[in-house]
Amino acid sequence: MDLLNNLAIGFGAALTLQNLLYAFGGCVLGTLIGVLPGLGPVATIAMLLPSIYSLDATPALIMLAGIYYGAQYGGSTTAILINVPGESSSVVTAIDGYQMARKGRAGAALAAAGLGSFFAGCVGTVIIAAFAPPLTELAFKFGAAEYFSLMVLGLIGAVVLASGSLVKAIAMIVLGLLLGQINTDVMSGTPRFSFDVPELSDGIGFVVIAMGVFGFGEIIANLGQPAEQREVFTKDVKGLWPTKQDFQEAWPSVLRGTALGSVLGVLPGGGALLASFASYTLEKKVVRNPRVPFGKGAIQGVAGPESANNAGAQTSFIPMLTLGIPPNAVMALMVGAMTIKGIQPGPQVMTGNPELFWGLIASMWVGNLMLVVLNLPMIGIWIKLLTVPYRFLFPAIVVFCCIGTYTLNNNNFDVYLTALFALVGYVFYKLSCEPAPLLLGFILGPMMEENLRRALLLSRGDWGTFVTRPLSAGLLIAAALLVIVVMLPSIRSKREEAFQEE
Amino acid sequence: MKIKSQRDFWSGLMFVVVGLSFAWASTNYSFGSSVKPGPGYFPFGLGLLLAILGGIVLFGALSIEREGGDRIGSIAWRPLVIIVASIALFGVALPRLGMIVTLPLLVILSSLAGDEFRWRDSLLNAVILTAGSWVIFIWGLKLVIPLWPTFLQIGG
Repeated sequence: MDLLNNLAIGFGAALTLQNLLYAFGGCVLGTLIGVLPGLGPVATIAMLLPSIYSLDATPALIMLAGIYYGAQYGGSTTAILINVPGESSSVVTAIDGYQMARKGRAGAALAAAGLGSFFAGCVGTVIIAAFAPPLTELAFKFGAAEYFSLMVLGLIGAVVLASGSLVKAIAMIVLGLLLGQINTDVMSGTPRFSFDVPELSDGIGFVVIAMGVFGFGEIIANLGQPAEQREVFTKDVKGLWPTKQDFQEAWPSVLRGTALGSVLGVLPGGGALLASFASYTLEKKVVRNPRVPFGKGAIQGVAGPESANNAGAQTSFIPMLTLGIPPNAVMALMVGAMTIKGIQPGPQVMTGNPELFWGLIASMWVGNLMLVVLNLPMIGIWIKLLTVPYRFLFPAIVVFCCIGTYTLNNNNFDVYLTALFALVGYVFYKLSCEPAPLLLGFILGPMMEENLRRALLLSRGDWGTFVTRPLSAGLLIAAALLVIVVMLPSIRSKREEAFQEE
Repeated sequence: MKIKSQRDFWSGLMFVVVGLSFAWASTNYSFGSSVKPGPGYFPFGLGLLLAILGGIVLFGALSIEREGGDRIGSIAWRPLVIIVASIALFGVALPRLGMIVTLPLLVILSSLAGDEFRWRDSLLNAVILTAGSWVIFIWGLKLVIPLWPTFLQIGG
């Protein structure tokens, strides 16, 4: 009955007028940026971080969470209607969804995506509520050595499941860890790598990196590409309600997608993106003889991945909330947001701030409900937004990012640093170095160093402590296995294939 | 020696250089011992690790054949220079000229980065965004952002 009790606390917190408003605001914003291609949740959350200084922790996190899962809903709209995924996690939705739209069945595709996402969101919320407490218990048994090993596993897992070159991704993590070393050493008080610049001795703000690399870097990359011709199916959206046949075909896919997405979301590096790819592959394997073939507008190819990405978005909160370890870049920003609000992320959040913890979980269910209403009956408004040209959009992003960086500390040093990271972000883009692992490494860097040094101190300088303590050894072995498995030639080619399937 | 993947070659080189510079710079700080690691301990190890990883990437770039040589392709100089310059301009101008002057400048300058620039559109955009930012950030969120140029404030 603990669960019910906890959920009661949660709904008590989530259903206050203020928190409902912020959940709503987050969902609207999330849908908005989901619909607009070229603006992702990472950049948006980074832009909004300065504005949460004036908020309490609970509404602030509720709003940021709403942006993340709201973006999953909005992203599918763009994918279906203009064949441009609004979010990376809706890349696969575009395959069959767009074909459905071309056949005049945009309404059915949108409904399948929306209702599937809602179902998955509800299940994901329940899973978080059920699994968070036992995981938290486990986390309390962790010492410094275990925490260090867990972070190693988390970081390795994050890149194993990412696309692209593995060695480069690991190098990006290490680069992130190094950037996190530009600060004042906690134990000795020595400023490091600051070149006598006082602003640098406090460390680089993660907002600066996130905005520079994800916000501005992407703008530059987008502008560097020739403008594409977009065909928008705005007039064709009618007959929103799917037929009986659609329902029959879609619901098993929704169930499979939800299950798969929930599992993959918890894994390090998981979350929405991986879940949708995996689900599409699964659907193609399971549904042998679809009425409409895959790639030509099969409703299963929309319902499955869309459910999976929303389930994954929800359950990726589990490692962040219970262990304080972010499995992807968005969660890394959430960890940063908690720190801004003076909450140390980790297992103690659940006992120390039960209202925040359970309120956030309850708000996710409320938010999902709002999103269905926002996205299905009000689809027309979002479609109008699609017709806003990029030349109006990107100066707006520039303005918000600039104001955001300035208000971080009310000085212009952060603005100059952001300009530098915009340049760095474009270099990464040109060299196909993925920036997400860098952000994860940057956020975890100081925590990792502290735990490493503490573990070494406790073991009197014996590096063996990481492998002789069973829990820590298990985590490290898991990390090593992950790397080895991915390096195996057969899996390697599969992995590359999986990420190229578009 | 032929570069088989341009992207990997340059990123590998970048990792090696950055890694070695961090490792070299951390020798300025006390290294400590594994019993009591000093401030230089962790960054030194990480810098070396990054350099090694960069070496592996470099090696791969020189030895494994890729389709089309993995070219970096043309660099979008125009958006790159204009966007970076407009951020820097914002940093210089905001504390001196205030939001009311800086934001329109920022919007118009950054609009030049796109392919299709129209005066009418970007002026309109500048007005909307400046007014919108005032409503959201100063009036709504009550953030401390200079609104008017400093030379106007001296008198009043």
